[in-house]
Amino acid sequence: MERILEVKDLHVSFHTYAGEVKAVRGVNFHVNRGEAVAIVGESGCGKSVTAQSLMKLIPTPPGEFKKGQILFNGEDLIKKSNKEMEAIRGKDIGMIFQDPMTSLNPTMTIGNQIMEGLIKHQGMSKAAARERAIELLTMVGIPQPERRVTQYPHEFSGGMRQRAMIAISLACSPKLLIADEPTTALDVTIQAQILDLMKDLQKKTGTSIILITHDLGVVAEMCDRVIVMYAGKVIETGTVDDIFYNPQHPYTKGLLRSVPRLDLNRDEPLTPIFGTPPDLLKPPVGCGFTARCDSAMRVCQQYDPELTDVSSTQRSACWLQHPLAQERVGS
Amino acid sequence: MIRYLGKRILFMIISLFLIITVTFFLMHSIPGGPFTSEKNVPDEIKKSLEAYYGIDKPIGEQYVDYLKRVITWDLGPSFSEKSSTVNDVINRGFPVSAHLGLQAIAIAITGGITLGVIAALRHNKWQDYSAMVIAVLGLSVPSFILAAFYQYFFAIKWGLFPIAKWETFEHTVLPSFALSALPMAFIARLTRSNMIEVLAQDYIKTAKAKGLNTIVITVKHAVRNALLPVITYLGPLTAGILTGTFVIERIFGVPGLGREFVLSITNRDYTVIMGTTVFYSIILIVMVLLVDIAYTIVDPRIKLSDAGKE
Repeated sequence: MERILEVKDLHVSFHTYAGEVKAVRGVNFHVNRGEAVAIVGESGCGKSVTAQSLMKLIPTPPGEFKKGQILFNGEDLIKKSNKEMEAIRGKDIGMIFQDPMTSLNPTMTIGNQIMEGLIKHQGMSKAAARERAIELLTMVGIPQPERRVTQYPHEFSGGMRQRAMIAISLACSPKLLIADEPTTALDVTIQAQILDLMKDLQKKTGTSIILITHDLGVVAEMCDRVIVMYAGKVIETGTVDDIFYNPQHPYTKGLLRSVPRLDLNRDEPLTPIFGTPPDLLKPPVGCGFTARCDSAMRVCQQYDPELTDVSSTQRSACWLQHPLAQERVGS
Repeated sequence: MIRYLGKRILFMIISLFLIITVTFFLMHSIPGGPFTSEKNVPDEIKKSLEAYYGIDKPIGEQYVDYLKRVITWDLGPSFSEKSSTVNDVINRGFPVSAHLGLQAIAIAITGGITLGVIAALRHNKWQDYSAMVIAVLGLSVPSFILAAFYQYFFAIKWGLFPIAKWETFEHTVLPSFALSALPMAFIARLTRSNMIEVLAQDYIKTAKAKGLNTIVITVKHAVRNALLPVITYLGPLTAGILTGTFVIERIFGVPGLGREFVLSITNRDYTVIMGTTVFYSIILIVMVLLVDIAYTIVDPRIKLSDAGKE
């Protein structure tokens, strides 16, 4: 399968008054053409920084790309100038943000916000762009698009705004769509509608999707593969089935355990992962999860495990995968 | 909208009435009168003068008379300039003051917004610091010192502009800049802080993610959202420019309305005091209304209506 995006050993840091925050510490993953990949993890694990790095939306300074490559269609985006990135943003890579209430310009009509990208990237005339904007609004399921196109964001509900946001990001038919927690700010029924819409549009347009989320239900619903991040690193990757039915890393297991379940008694308390993620101002030497891990061993504190193959589709970064540990567990 | 405007205009008339009343009685409570400074006026002449202008009547009667005349926009004769009426004084002085004021407002708005935007885009860089030094200077140096400074350097030392008087365009340059310094500084600071806030908003990131360049993002997405508080300030700004003209017109010898206003008070020229006060008040009240209407143009979320208030 053709790899549309490949991230190799990406390191991103932020320089703050307190010191250097190593938000992303050597992330590797890839996205195939037409595939939906989820990046999951709790708040502060580097998901959003990774996503925004892909479009180079990280403000530098205070951010800094320390190391690594982001290969998009074989070209390294890290090396691209701002001007070259402007030609890629919105055209080849689209992005949907978390909060539709604040992601749209309140003083500009929805139509104009959709048209901007079309006029810039496809050289459309205003009239043609307007036609296309109406088409896009129809496509994302907004009724009466001719009227809606002249309205302002405050005249749209939250779900409708997210639909409009999707229309903006898909305007130029990007090859890759990055959705940064697209449903977090919406209520549950609207969440389902937006996910259905995204799934539907992906089928129609064949774009690859990177879905950033901490909602595992969303992942099961629409993704092919899952990347689990923790403390700025990828700790496990695999297909949706691998991750849900055969999780290897204790953190992934913990995440799955903490998902509320409909088949359990309502009085049953949820099972959280105790503790907090490590401070990335001073990242730990060994595995970042050691302090919260039930199965932590002495080696975990001193050496950071590498991602190793579990099967042909699944990889996990945990010392439990090491043959010596396997022997002990086995015996 | 029309109902709202009707209501606003009614309130404007009420506040105007209050301003007239307060000014009228305050003015008459100051000791002295229009003819006290003229020496050697025999009592009979003074009496007949007062009778002629109607200021020998009881104050209540004078007040009612004045109100009757103001309604027809007859502001009465001037006491100190016997040949002209207050309407003449306003017609003569206002075009000059308006010219000076508009020029100063134009400089203040364009200069202030430009400085503010540059400072925000180059936040914490030398451009930011220099723009803010200019702004702090503009805010803290009084206009009469600034005016004298301009006169000394631009007129006396370098001879670039005439030092005073109001004849050609060159004559308007120095007073306009002197008058615009304070509002410009204020607008610059306001624009800067709002721009910094707006540039951190999510929709700016959305605009970046569309591949727009910095100039388009600044002009189309950021400035418009950052300007709303600046528009709020335009009402008080007009007031500032108006009161500023009193000083600047004196210093630069500009024959505007501000000078007449100040002179009228020292002369106890009752009708001119009243006339100019009423006139300035009308301008101010209308400006505040215009600012409110301007909101709706800049921010589509704001609608003028009195729904919900009743």
